[in-house]
Amino acid sequence: MELVTPGIGLLFWQTVTFLIVLFLLGKFAWKPIMTALHERETSIESALSAAEKAKLEMQALKADNEKLLAEARMERDKILKEASEAGNSIVETAKLKANEEGARMIEQARESIENEKRAAITEVKNMAASLSLEIAEQILKRELSDKTAQHTLAQDYIREVTLN
Amino acid sequence: MKRLFVLLFSFLTLTVYAEAPVEGGEFQPGDMITHHIADDYTWHFADGVVLYLPVILVDNGEFKVFSSHNFYGENHETVPYNGYALEHGHITRVNEAGEPLEGHAALYDFSITKNVASMFVSVALLFIVFFIIAGRYKNNPKSAPRGIQSFFEPIIIFIRDEIAKANIGPKYERYMPYLLTVFFFIWFNNLLGLMPGGANLTGNIAVTLVLALITLLITVFSGNKSYWKHIFATPGVPTWLAPIMIPVELIGILTKPFSLMVRLFANITAGHIIILSLFSLIFIFRSVAVGPLSVAFATFMNFLELFVALLQAYIFTLLSAMYFGGAVEEHDHAEDHH
Repeated sequence: MELVTPGIGLLFWQTVTFLIVLFLLGKFAWKPIMTALHERETSIESALSAAEKAKLEMQALKADNEKLLAEARMERDKILKEASEAGNSIVETAKLKANEEGARMIEQARESIENEKRAAITEVKNMAASLSLEIAEQILKRELSDKTAQHTLAQDYIREVTLN
Repeated sequence: MKRLFVLLFSFLTLTVYAEAPVEGGEFQPGDMITHHIADDYTWHFADGVVLYLPVILVDNGEFKVFSSHNFYGENHETVPYNGYALEHGHITRVNEAGEPLEGHAALYDFSITKNVASMFVSVALLFIVFFIIAGRYKNNPKSAPRGIQSFFEPIIIFIRDEIAKANIGPKYERYMPYLLTVFFFIWFNNLLGLMPGGANLTGNIAVTLVLALITLLITVFSGNKSYWKHIFATPGVPTWLAPIMIPVELIGILTKPFSLMVRLFANITAGHIIILSLFSLIFIFRSVAVGPLSVAFATFMNFLELFVALLQAYIFTLLSAMYFGGAVEEHDHAEDHH
Protein backbone atom coordinates (compact mmCIF):
# COMPACT_ATOMS: atom_id res chain seq x y z
CA MET A 1 0.00 0.00 0.00
CA GLU A 2 2.87 2.26 0.78
CA LEU A 3 4.10 2.03 -2.79
CA VAL A 4 0.91 3.49 -4.23
CA THR A 5 0.49 6.27 -1.67
CA PRO A 6 1.97 9.46 -3.04
CA GLY A 7 3.97 11.41 -0.47
CA ILE A 8 3.22 15.09 -0.15
CA GLY A 9 6.90 16.07 -0.15
CA LEU A 10 7.68 14.41 -3.46
CA LEU A 11 4.39 15.68 -4.94
CA PHE A 12 5.38 19.21 -4.01
CA TRP A 13 8.99 18.99 -5.18
CA GLN A 14 8.05 17.19 -8.38
CA THR A 15 5.39 19.77 -9.28
CA VAL A 16 7.64 22.74 -8.55
CA THR A 17 10.72 21.26 -10.21
CA PHE A 18 8.91 20.00 -13.26
CA LEU A 19 7.18 23.31 -13.86
CA ILE A 20 10.48 25.17 -13.50
CA VAL A 21 12.18 22.72 -15.86
CA LEU A 22 9.31 23.03 -18.32
CA PHE A 23 9.51 26.81 -18.22
CA LEU A 24 13.31 27.10 -18.42
CA LEU A 25 13.81 24.41 -21.05
CA GLY A 26 10.85 25.73 -23.01
CA LYS A 27 12.25 29.24 -23.03
CA PHE A 28 15.97 28.62 -23.34
CA ALA A 29 16.27 25.24 -25.02
CA TRP A 30 13.23 24.07 -26.97
CA LYS A 31 12.42 27.45 -28.47
CA PRO A 32 15.86 28.09 -30.03
CA ILE A 33 16.20 24.43 -30.99
CA MET A 34 12.83 24.27 -32.70
CA THR A 35 13.40 27.62 -34.41
CA ALA A 36 16.84 26.57 -35.61
CA LEU A 37 15.54 23.23 -36.85
CA HIS A 38 12.71 24.94 -38.66
CA GLU A 39 15.07 27.51 -40.16
CA ARG A 40 17.51 24.86 -41.25
CA GLU A 41 14.76 22.80 -42.82
CA THR A 42 13.38 25.76 -44.73
CA SER A 43 16.86 26.78 -45.85
CA ILE A 44 17.60 23.24 -47.02
CA GLU A 45 14.27 23.13 -48.78
CA SER A 46 14.85 26.46 -50.50
CA ALA A 47 18.38 25.41 -51.40
CA LEU A 48 17.03 22.24 -52.94
CA SER A 49 14.36 24.08 -54.89
CA ALA A 50 16.95 26.65 -56.00
CA ALA A 51 19.18 23.82 -57.17
CA GLU A 52 16.26 22.32 -59.04
CA LYS A 53 15.53 25.70 -60.61
CA ALA A 54 19.19 26.13 -61.54
CA LYS A 55 19.14 22.67 -63.09
CA LEU A 56 16.12 23.58 -65.17
CA GLU A 57 17.76 26.85 -66.17
CA MET A 58 20.88 24.98 -67.10
CA GLN A 59 18.85 22.65 -69.23
CA ALA A 60 17.13 25.57 -70.91
CA LEU A 61 20.49 27.21 -71.47
CA LYS A 62 21.88 24.03 -72.88
CA ALA A 63 18.92 23.69 -75.19
CA ASP A 64 19.39 27.32 -76.23
CA ASN A 65 23.06 26.69 -76.83
CA GLU A 66 22.29 23.67 -78.92
CA LYS A 67 19.79 25.64 -80.91
CA LEU A 68 22.33 28.39 -81.41
CA LEU A 69 24.92 25.84 -82.38
CA ALA A 70 22.59 24.23 -84.86
CA GLU A 71 21.76 27.64 -86.29
CA ALA A 72 25.43 28.49 -86.54
CA ARG A 73 26.09 25.21 -88.24
CA MET A 74 23.31 25.89 -90.72
CA GLU A 75 24.64 29.39 -91.28
CA ARG A 76 28.10 28.01 -91.88
CA ASP A 77 26.77 25.47 -94.34
CA LYS A 78 24.86 28.18 -96.13
CA ILE A 79 27.90 30.43 -96.28
CA LEU A 80 30.05 27.60 -97.50
CA LYS A 81 27.53 26.73 -100.13
CA GLU A 82 27.24 30.34 -101.23
CA ALA A 83 30.99 30.68 -101.29
CA SER A 84 31.43 27.63 -103.40
CA GLU A 85 28.68 28.82 -105.68
CA ALA A 86 30.32 32.22 -105.97
CA GLY A 87 33.65 30.56 -106.63
CA ASN A 88 32.12 28.40 -109.29
CA SER A 89 30.46 31.35 -110.95
CA ILE A 90 33.70 33.32 -110.83
CA VAL A 91 35.53 30.45 -112.43
CA GLU A 92 32.75 30.14 -114.94
CA THR A 93 32.76 33.83 -115.85
CA ALA A 94 36.54 33.79 -115.94
CA LYS A 95 36.43 30.87 -118.30
CA LEU A 96 33.86 32.62 -120.43
CA LYS A 97 35.87 35.77 -120.45
CA ALA A 98 38.99 33.88 -121.29
CA ASN A 99 37.20 32.13 -124.08
CA GLU A 100 35.86 35.40 -125.38
CA GLU A 101 39.24 36.99 -125.07
CA GLY A 102 40.80 34.10 -126.88
CA ALA A 103 38.22 34.28 -129.59
CA ARG A 104 38.71 38.02 -129.89
CA MET A 105 42.46 37.64 -130.06
CA ILE A 106 42.15 34.93 -132.68
CA GLU A 107 39.84 37.22 -134.63
CA GLN A 108 42.29 40.10 -134.35
CA ALA A 109 45.10 37.82 -135.39
CA ARG A 110 43.07 36.66 -138.30
CA GLU A 111 42.24 40.25 -139.26
CA SER A 112 45.83 41.34 -139.06
CA ILE A 113 46.88 38.28 -141.04
CA GLU A 114 44.25 39.22 -143.61
CA ASN A 115 45.50 42.78 -143.66
CA GLU A 116 49.06 41.63 -144.01
CA LYS A 117 48.01 39.27 -146.76
CA ARG A 118 46.16 42.01 -148.53
CA ALA A 119 49.06 44.36 -148.17
CA ALA A 120 51.38 41.66 -149.39
CA ILE A 121 49.16 40.95 -152.38
CA THR A 122 48.91 44.65 -153.15
CA GLU A 123 52.65 44.93 -152.98
CA VAL A 124 53.03 41.86 -155.15
CA LYS A 125 50.54 43.40 -157.56
CA ASN A 126 52.36 46.71 -157.53
CA MET A 127 55.64 44.93 -157.92
CA ALA A 128 54.23 42.89 -160.82
CA ALA A 129 52.84 46.03 -162.43
CA SER A 130 56.10 47.92 -162.16
CA LEU A 131 57.97 44.82 -163.25
CA SER A 132 55.68 44.48 -166.29
CA LEU A 133 56.07 48.19 -167.00
CA GLU A 134 59.80 47.85 -166.83
CA ILE A 135 59.64 44.76 -168.99
CA ALA A 136 57.31 46.52 -171.39
CA GLU A 137 59.60 49.53 -171.43
CA GLN A 138 62.56 47.29 -172.15
CA ILE A 139 60.67 45.55 -174.86
CA LEU A 140 59.39 48.82 -176.34
CA LYS A 141 62.85 50.31 -176.25
CA ARG A 142 64.19 47.32 -178.19
CA GLU A 143 61.27 47.18 -180.66
CA LEU A 144 61.42 50.90 -181.51
CA SER A 145 65.04 50.75 -182.44
CA ASP A 146 64.15 48.59 -185.42
CA LYS A 147 62.09 50.48 -188.21
CA THR A 148 60.32 47.47 -189.57
CA ALA A 149 59.37 46.28 -186.19
CA GLN A 150 57.99 49.80 -185.46
CA HIS A 151 56.07 49.69 -188.51
CA THR A 152 54.62 46.24 -187.92
CA LEU A 153 53.61 47.33 -184.39
CA ALA A 154 51.96 50.44 -185.64
CA GLN A 155 50.21 48.40 -188.19
CA ASP A 156 49.02 45.96 -185.54
CA TYR A 157 47.57 48.77 -183.36
CA ILE A 158 45.82 50.23 -186.30
CA ARG A 159 44.32 46.90 -187.11
CA GLU A 160 43.15 46.35 -183.58
CA VAL A 161 41.66 49.83 -183.48
CA THR A 162 39.71 49.31 -186.67
CA LEU A 163 38.46 46.03 -185.48
CA ASN A 164 37.03 47.63 -182.36
CA MET B 1 38.75 -17.79 -17.01
CA LYS B 2 35.91 -19.68 -15.33
CA ARG B 3 37.73 -19.60 -12.03
CA LEU B 4 38.19 -15.89 -12.38
CA PHE B 5 34.47 -15.45 -12.85
CA VAL B 6 33.67 -17.54 -9.80
CA LEU B 7 36.13 -15.47 -7.82
CA LEU B 8 34.61 -12.27 -9.10
CA PHE B 9 31.09 -13.38 -8.28
CA SER B 10 32.02 -14.58 -4.82
CA PHE B 11 33.71 -11.26 -4.20
CA LEU B 12 30.65 -9.35 -5.33
CA THR B 13 28.27 -11.50 -3.34
CA LEU B 14 30.41 -11.15 -0.25
CA THR B 15 30.39 -7.37 -0.34
CA VAL B 16 26.67 -7.18 -0.80
CA TYR B 17 26.17 -9.85 1.79
CA ALA B 18 27.99 -7.77 4.31
CA GLU B 19 25.46 -5.02 3.78
CA ALA B 20 22.27 -6.97 3.53
CA PRO B 21 21.59 -8.21 7.06
CA VAL B 22 21.98 -4.82 8.68
CA GLU B 23 19.40 -5.51 11.32
CA GLY B 24 20.93 -8.91 11.94
CA GLY B 25 19.19 -12.20 11.51
CA GLU B 26 17.61 -13.72 8.42
CA PHE B 27 17.82 -12.04 5.04
CA GLN B 28 14.39 -10.70 4.13
CA PRO B 29 14.20 -10.19 0.33
CA GLY B 30 10.84 -8.47 0.62
CA ASP B 31 12.16 -5.89 3.06
CA MET B 32 15.31 -5.36 1.03
CA ILE B 33 13.37 -4.80 -2.19
CA THR B 34 10.81 -2.51 -0.58
CA HIS B 35 13.60 -0.54 0.98
CA HIS B 36 15.33 -0.16 -2.38
CA ILE B 37 12.37 0.95 -4.40
CA ALA B 38 10.96 3.22 -1.68
CA ASP B 39 12.12 6.70 -0.92
CA ASP B 40 14.81 7.37 1.67
CA TYR B 41 16.21 10.18 3.79
CA THR B 42 19.78 9.19 2.98
CA TRP B 43 21.48 8.44 -0.32
CA HIS B 44 23.39 5.22 -0.11
CA PHE B 45 25.93 5.23 -2.94
CA ALA B 46 27.99 2.34 -1.63
CA ASP B 47 28.77 0.69 1.65
CA GLY B 48 30.03 3.47 3.88
CA VAL B 49 29.45 6.19 1.29
CA VAL B 50 26.25 7.76 2.51
CA LEU B 51 24.87 11.21 1.81
CA TYR B 52 22.60 12.41 4.62
CA LEU B 53 19.92 14.55 3.03
CA PRO B 54 18.16 17.45 4.71
CA VAL B 55 14.84 16.90 6.43
CA ILE B 56 12.26 19.64 6.07
CA LEU B 57 9.13 19.35 8.21
CA VAL B 58 6.14 21.59 8.53
CA ASP B 59 4.84 20.81 11.97
CA ASN B 60 1.80 22.81 12.98
CA GLY B 61 2.73 25.55 10.51
CA GLU B 62 6.30 25.65 11.81
CA PHE B 63 9.31 24.90 9.59
CA LYS B 64 11.85 22.44 10.99
CA VAL B 65 15.01 21.86 8.96
CA PHE B 66 17.77 19.49 10.07
CA SER B 67 20.04 16.81 8.66
CA SER B 68 18.79 13.26 8.50
CA HIS B 69 22.08 12.25 10.08
CA ASN B 70 20.44 13.03 13.40
CA PHE B 71 18.18 10.00 12.98
CA TYR B 72 21.09 7.59 12.84
CA GLY B 73 23.12 6.46 15.80
CA GLU B 74 26.70 5.29 15.86
CA ASN B 75 25.88 1.80 14.65
CA HIS B 76 23.56 2.99 11.92
CA GLU B 77 20.51 2.26 14.00
CA THR B 78 17.61 4.71 13.97
CA VAL B 79 17.30 7.01 16.94
CA PRO B 80 14.67 9.63 17.77
CA TYR B 81 15.66 13.25 17.41
CA ASN B 82 14.02 16.38 18.75
CA GLY B 83 10.63 14.75 19.14
CA TYR B 84 10.66 12.97 15.76
CA ALA B 85 11.65 9.45 14.80
CA LEU B 86 11.91 7.33 11.65
CA GLU B 87 9.20 4.70 11.65
CA HIS B 88 9.15 2.35 8.64
CA GLY B 89 10.71 4.99 6.45
CA HIS B 90 8.45 7.78 7.65
CA ILE B 91 8.95 10.56 10.12
CA THR B 92 6.55 10.48 13.05
CA ARG B 93 6.17 12.42 16.24
CA VAL B 94 7.48 10.66 19.35
CA ASN B 95 7.57 11.53 23.03
CA GLU B 96 10.62 11.72 25.24
CA ALA B 97 10.71 7.97 25.65
CA GLY B 98 10.64 7.43 21.90
CA GLU B 99 7.11 6.08 21.78
CA PRO B 100 4.95 7.10 18.86
CA LEU B 101 2.62 9.98 19.54
CA GLU B 102 -0.75 10.33 17.88
CA GLY B 103 -0.62 13.56 15.90
CA HIS B 104 -3.06 16.28 16.80
CA ALA B 105 -2.06 18.72 14.11
CA ALA B 106 -0.87 17.94 10.63
CA LEU B 107 2.78 17.00 10.11
CA TYR B 108 3.90 17.63 6.56
CA ASP B 109 7.15 16.20 5.28
CA PHE B 110 8.82 18.28 2.55
CA SER B 111 12.23 16.68 2.98
CA ILE B 112 14.78 16.59 0.20
CA THR B 113 14.63 12.82 0.01
CA LYS B 114 16.71 10.54 -2.18
CA ASN B 115 14.11 10.82 -4.93
CA VAL B 116 14.05 14.61 -4.77
CA ALA B 117 17.84 14.78 -4.76
CA SER B 118 17.99 12.38 -7.70
CA MET B 119 15.46 14.53 -9.52
CA PHE B 120 17.65 17.59 -8.93
CA VAL B 121 20.57 15.68 -10.43
CA SER B 122 18.49 14.76 -13.46
CA VAL B 123 17.30 18.35 -13.82
CA ALA B 124 20.89 19.59 -13.68
CA LEU B 125 21.77 17.05 -16.38
CA LEU B 126 18.79 18.13 -18.50
CA PHE B 127 19.83 21.77 -18.18
CA ILE B 128 23.48 21.08 -19.00
CA VAL B 129 22.70 18.87 -21.99
CA PHE B 130 19.97 20.97 -23.56
CA PHE B 131 21.45 24.37 -22.87
CA ILE B 132 24.66 23.22 -24.58
CA ILE B 133 22.63 21.95 -27.52
CA ALA B 134 20.51 25.11 -27.65
CA GLY B 135 23.71 27.18 -27.67
CA ARG B 136 24.99 25.22 -30.65
CA TYR B 137 21.76 25.85 -32.51
CA LYS B 138 21.83 29.54 -31.65
CA ASN B 139 25.43 30.05 -32.73
CA ASN B 140 25.35 28.16 -36.00
CA PRO B 141 21.77 27.41 -36.90
CA LYS B 142 22.43 26.29 -40.44
CA SER B 143 25.41 24.00 -40.01
CA ALA B 144 25.13 20.25 -39.61
CA PRO B 145 24.78 19.00 -36.02
CA ARG B 146 27.83 17.59 -34.29
CA GLY B 147 28.66 15.72 -31.11
CA ILE B 148 25.91 15.56 -28.50
CA GLN B 149 23.73 17.66 -30.77
CA SER B 150 23.69 15.01 -33.48
CA PHE B 151 22.64 12.41 -30.91
CA PHE B 152 19.64 14.36 -29.66
CA GLU B 153 18.54 16.01 -32.90
CA PRO B 154 17.00 12.87 -34.44
CA ILE B 155 15.13 12.23 -31.16
CA ILE B 156 13.79 15.78 -31.06
CA ILE B 157 12.78 15.55 -34.73
CA PHE B 158 11.18 12.16 -34.08
CA ILE B 159 9.10 13.61 -31.23
CA ARG B 160 8.11 16.54 -33.41
CA ASP B 161 7.27 14.60 -36.57
CA GLU B 162 6.13 11.17 -35.41
CA ILE B 163 4.56 12.05 -32.08
CA ALA B 164 3.40 15.66 -32.17
CA LYS B 165 2.63 16.29 -35.85
CA ALA B 166 1.17 12.82 -36.39
CA ASN B 167 -1.19 12.91 -33.41
CA ILE B 168 -1.99 16.55 -32.75
CA GLY B 169 -2.10 17.96 -36.24
CA PRO B 170 -1.40 21.51 -37.34
CA LYS B 171 -1.60 22.93 -33.79
CA TYR B 172 1.27 20.73 -32.60
CA GLU B 173 3.72 23.55 -32.05
CA ARG B 174 2.44 24.84 -28.72
CA TYR B 175 2.57 21.35 -27.20
CA MET B 176 6.18 20.74 -28.23
CA PRO B 177 7.81 22.19 -25.06
CA TYR B 178 5.73 19.94 -22.81
CA LEU B 179 6.18 16.82 -24.95
CA LEU B 180 9.94 17.29 -25.24
CA THR B 181 10.33 18.10 -21.55
CA VAL B 182 8.24 15.17 -20.38
CA PHE B 183 9.99 12.76 -22.75
CA PHE B 184 13.51 13.70 -21.70
CA PHE B 185 12.54 14.06 -18.03
CA ILE B 186 11.14 10.53 -17.93
CA TRP B 187 13.93 9.05 -20.03
CA PHE B 188 16.75 10.67 -18.07
CA ASN B 189 15.20 9.68 -14.74
CA ASN B 190 14.52 6.13 -15.93
CA LEU B 191 18.18 5.80 -16.87
CA LEU B 192 19.40 7.41 -13.65
CA GLY B 193 17.20 4.94 -11.76
CA LEU B 194 19.04 2.08 -13.42
CA MET B 195 22.42 3.37 -12.27
CA PRO B 196 23.90 1.67 -9.23
CA GLY B 197 22.68 3.60 -6.22
CA GLY B 198 20.11 5.42 -8.35
CA ALA B 199 16.71 6.38 -7.03
CA ASN B 200 13.45 4.84 -8.23
CA LEU B 201 12.02 8.24 -9.14
CA THR B 202 9.88 7.42 -12.17
CA GLY B 203 8.71 4.31 -10.29
CA ASN B 204 7.25 6.53 -7.61
CA ILE B 205 3.53 7.13 -7.78
CA ALA B 206 3.82 10.78 -6.70
CA VAL B 207 6.04 11.60 -9.67
CA THR B 208 3.88 9.82 -12.24
CA LEU B 209 0.79 11.35 -10.63
CA VAL B 210 2.13 14.87 -11.14
CA LEU B 211 3.13 14.16 -14.75
CA ALA B 212 -0.24 12.58 -15.56
CA LEU B 213 -2.04 15.45 -13.84
CA ILE B 214 -0.22 18.00 -16.01
CA THR B 215 -1.19 16.02 -19.11
CA LEU B 216 -4.80 16.00 -17.87
CA LEU B 217 -4.80 19.74 -17.21
CA ILE B 218 -3.33 20.54 -20.61
CA THR B 219 -5.87 18.25 -22.28
CA VAL B 220 -8.83 19.78 -20.44
CA PHE B 221 -7.70 23.36 -21.00
CA SER B 222 -7.03 22.89 -24.69
CA GLY B 223 -10.31 21.07 -25.31
CA ASN B 224 -12.28 22.79 -28.05
CA LYS B 225 -16.01 22.91 -28.67
CA SER B 226 -16.26 19.58 -30.42
CA TYR B 227 -14.23 17.91 -27.65
CA TRP B 228 -16.72 19.01 -24.99
CA LYS B 229 -19.63 18.31 -27.31
CA HIS B 230 -18.45 14.71 -27.61
CA ILE B 231 -18.50 14.47 -23.84
CA PHE B 232 -21.76 16.21 -22.95
CA ALA B 233 -23.76 15.48 -26.08
CA THR B 234 -22.11 12.67 -27.93
CA PRO B 235 -23.32 12.88 -31.54
CA GLY B 236 -25.51 10.02 -32.60
CA VAL B 237 -26.45 8.96 -29.05
CA PRO B 238 -30.08 9.46 -27.99
CA THR B 239 -30.68 12.17 -25.41
CA TRP B 240 -32.24 9.81 -22.86
CA LEU B 241 -28.89 8.03 -22.60
CA ALA B 242 -27.21 11.23 -21.42
CA PRO B 243 -27.46 10.40 -17.69
CA ILE B 244 -25.30 7.33 -18.41
CA MET B 245 -23.15 8.77 -21.14
CA ILE B 246 -22.02 11.93 -19.38
CA PRO B 247 -20.64 10.19 -16.27
CA VAL B 248 -18.98 7.57 -18.46
CA GLU B 249 -17.33 10.25 -20.59
CA LEU B 250 -16.29 12.22 -17.50
CA ILE B 251 -14.72 9.10 -16.01
CA GLY B 252 -13.07 8.59 -19.39
CA ILE B 253 -11.31 11.94 -19.02
CA LEU B 254 -9.81 10.73 -15.76
CA THR B 255 -8.97 7.16 -16.75
CA LYS B 256 -6.65 8.32 -19.50
CA PRO B 257 -4.16 10.12 -17.24
CA PHE B 258 -4.75 7.47 -14.57
CA SER B 259 -3.53 4.82 -16.99
CA LEU B 260 -0.53 7.03 -17.79
CA MET B 261 0.28 7.29 -14.10
CA VAL B 262 -0.05 3.58 -13.38
CA ARG B 263 1.72 2.44 -16.53
CA LEU B 264 4.91 4.39 -15.92
CA PHE B 265 4.93 3.66 -12.18
CA ALA B 266 4.28 -0.06 -12.62
CA ASN B 267 6.73 -0.60 -15.47
CA ILE B 268 9.66 1.06 -13.77
CA THR B 269 8.96 -0.34 -10.33
CA ALA B 270 8.45 -3.82 -11.75
CA GLY B 271 11.79 -3.65 -13.53
CA HIS B 272 13.54 -2.69 -10.32
CA ILE B 273 11.76 -5.43 -8.39
CA ILE B 274 12.73 -8.08 -10.94
CA ILE B 275 16.41 -7.14 -10.91
CA LEU B 276 16.49 -6.97 -7.13
CA SER B 277 14.66 -10.31 -6.88
CA LEU B 278 17.19 -11.95 -9.18
CA PHE B 279 20.00 -10.75 -6.95
CA SER B 280 18.07 -11.83 -3.86
CA LEU B 281 18.14 -15.40 -5.16
CA ILE B 282 21.82 -15.55 -4.32
CA PHE B 283 21.13 -14.76 -0.67
CA ILE B 284 18.04 -16.93 -0.48
CA PHE B 285 19.95 -19.97 -1.70
CA ARG B 286 23.11 -18.90 0.19
CA SER B 287 25.17 -20.24 -2.66
CA VAL B 288 27.86 -18.82 -4.90
CA ALA B 289 26.75 -21.22 -7.63
CA VAL B 290 23.50 -19.30 -8.10
CA GLY B 291 25.57 -16.15 -8.66
CA PRO B 292 26.43 -16.55 -12.34
CA LEU B 293 22.86 -17.48 -13.21
CA SER B 294 21.47 -14.59 -11.22
CA VAL B 295 23.93 -12.16 -12.74
CA ALA B 296 23.22 -13.42 -16.25
CA PHE B 297 19.50 -12.96 -15.79
CA ALA B 298 19.95 -9.62 -14.08
CA THR B 299 22.22 -8.43 -16.89
CA PHE B 300 19.63 -9.44 -19.43
CA MET B 301 16.96 -7.67 -17.40
CA ASN B 302 19.11 -4.59 -17.17
CA PHE B 303 19.39 -4.43 -20.95
CA LEU B 304 15.65 -4.91 -21.15
CA GLU B 305 15.20 -2.12 -18.62
CA LEU B 306 17.38 0.19 -20.72
CA PHE B 307 14.94 -0.44 -23.53
CA VAL B 308 11.93 -0.05 -21.24
CA ALA B 309 13.35 3.25 -20.00
CA LEU B 310 13.18 4.61 -23.55
CA LEU B 311 9.93 2.83 -24.39
CA GLN B 312 8.03 4.16 -21.38
CA ALA B 313 9.22 7.70 -22.04
CA TYR B 314 8.04 7.27 -25.63
CA ILE B 315 4.67 5.81 -24.62
CA PHE B 316 3.97 8.52 -22.05
CA THR B 317 4.80 11.20 -24.62
CA LEU B 318 2.87 9.49 -27.40
CA LEU B 319 -0.29 9.00 -25.33
CA SER B 320 -0.11 12.57 -24.02
CA ALA B 321 0.13 13.77 -27.62
CA MET B 322 -2.85 11.59 -28.57
CA TYR B 323 -4.95 13.06 -25.75
CA PHE B 324 -3.98 16.59 -26.80
CA GLY B 325 -4.79 15.66 -30.38
CA GLY B 326 -8.23 14.44 -29.33
CA ALA B 327 -8.84 17.70 -27.48
CA VAL B 328 -7.95 19.99 -30.40
CA GLU B 329 -9.28 17.85 -33.25
CA GLU B 330 -11.94 19.47 -35.41
CA HIS B 331 -14.89 17.14 -35.93
CA ASP B 332 -16.19 18.43 -39.21
CA HIS B 333 -16.91 14.90 -40.30
CA ALA B 334 -18.62 14.00 -37.02
CA GLU B 335 -21.83 12.95 -38.72
CA ASP B 336 -20.06 10.65 -41.14
CA HIS B 337 -19.14 7.86 -38.82
CA HIS B 338 -22.52 7.39 -37.14
